[in-house]
Amino acid sequence: MAEAKEGPGAAKRMTQPAAATKPAVADRVHVWPYLVRSEFICTIIVGVILTVWSITIDAPLEEPANPTQTPNPSKAPWYFLGLQEMLVYFDPWFAGVVLPSLIIVGLMVIPYIDINPKGNGYYTFKERPFAIATFLFGFIFLWVSLIITGVFFRGPGWNLFWPWETWDPHMVIALVNVDLPAWGPFKWLGNPKIFGAEVIGLVLIVLYLSTAVIFYYWKRDTNETIRQLGPVRYGIIAVLFLTMMGLPLKILLRLAFNIKYVWVTPWFNI
Amino acid sequence: MARLKELKQKVVESQLWRSMFRHDYLDTPRNRVLQIMANVWLHLHPPKIRRHAIKIRFTWCMGGITFLMFLSTVITGVILMFYYRPVAEYAFADMKYLEFDVPFGMIVRNMHRWAAHGMVITVWLHMFRVFMTGSYKPPREFNWVVGVILLTITLLLSFTGYLLPWDQLSIWAVTVGTNMARATPLLGSEGPFAQVVGVTPRYDARAFLLGGTLVGPPTLLRFYVLHCIFLPILASLLMIVHFWRIRKDGGISGPM
Repeated sequence: MAEAKEGPGAAKRMTQPAAATKPAVADRVHVWPYLVRSEFICTIIVGVILTVWSITIDAPLEEPANPTQTPNPSKAPWYFLGLQEMLVYFDPWFAGVVLPSLIIVGLMVIPYIDINPKGNGYYTFKERPFAIATFLFGFIFLWVSLIITGVFFRGPGWNLFWPWETWDPHMVIALVNVDLPAWGPFKWLGNPKIFGAEVIGLVLIVLYLSTAVIFYYWKRDTNETIRQLGPVRYGIIAVLFLTMMGLPLKILLRLAFNIKYVWVTPWFNI
Repeated sequence: MARLKELKQKVVESQLWRSMFRHDYLDTPRNRVLQIMANVWLHLHPPKIRRHAIKIRFTWCMGGITFLMFLSTVITGVILMFYYRPVAEYAFADMKYLEFDVPFGMIVRNMHRWAAHGMVITVWLHMFRVFMTGSYKPPREFNWVVGVILLTITLLLSFTGYLLPWDQLSIWAVTVGTNMARATPLLGSEGPFAQVVGVTPRYDARAFLLGGTLVGPPTLLRFYVLHCIFLPILASLLMIVHFWRIRKDGGISGPM
């Protein structure tokens, strides 16, 4: 299906499987013993590490389940703490449903939107800087660092604590967050008699997304990569990229300006 | 050395040895290939492989370690299933039984848990390595997609298993995790447009997942069945596809 709708990239792609299966006899070694040997040694090493680890460190087991006693904080398993951390900045429907779905779908479409034929099968940064920088930013800076924050720096009330600080469940944090339509320069616009408050957020988000459209028409004629991508692939990349960058942007707005929501509507908030 | 050779000769020519091994093993190219091709477990591999592909620096061995972690959890998981009952009244008591009474019960449980956590980490590192080497590029696009699904299943396997000890840690972690389902647009009772669709806390995405409005006994049974039957079978099927596609897509990736 993906092959069918691709224009210029298709010819280039079709030549690649042949290149991949081209016998390079001189460069090949027997799997027995060279690979099987490494696998065997690797299995033993990992097996020993796992066994020693299991003998020395016990899996946690707390009090019996009690639905009437909610622990504070209630943390998800560590690998989902990045998602739980996003709940600080977005509502559950966005941080808990839309963003995780976009992460999975976004990962799946990577091979179809990255049409750069270079860097196939070897380490390189120079030949694909955008792809690697974006992936590293998403994986290391967003996913891994949010997990680390969730595991080590969140205490009761989901407040920030240093790992060596004692958790004070009665710590009072002033809730000073305001919605963007009620903030500073937007305040006079937020008067529902002039505009609906929801229009401001809508306009801002449309402006944010339209940067991609402007960039497309601005660079289309001069930039070879954008021309080759075509509008569909470019659009998918732009939506995924801007959504991803929306997270650090919202973190910044929250931490620096105490902005709660950018777009407030009766049905949902972003 | 000469004595050793003599001894080996004697052993190899003895009736007992001959009755077990009909012929000797000669280290010829043909035999090296046959070792792989004629072995049902090893024939996942090609008989020959590109030289750079066996370098640990290139593959980090992460896919293999992930599979090893999966096998460890399967073996320890089956043993745990002998002693564990997914019923709210018994589950926690069975954990204590495993911990204090069952011979090697605690080690088996530890191995299951640490291998599961290890698998989450190795699967991420595997994805990271595959991205860094650009190994998702044509002709391997679809195998990357299968890999992303396997990554999701790994997380789901770990998450469904998290509930089974039935202690405070597990039910509240799962409560936090599944509360998201309540906010699903259109399908969750607290999500956008819930009133338009008319979903209620009793009939929405979260209630479907939990078998009720709370993480309770029906949830335990659901997660147990998903954890021990549905997800492992699904993961195994996709792993078959994943490994097969490595061969079909031209073997392990490398510079063209």
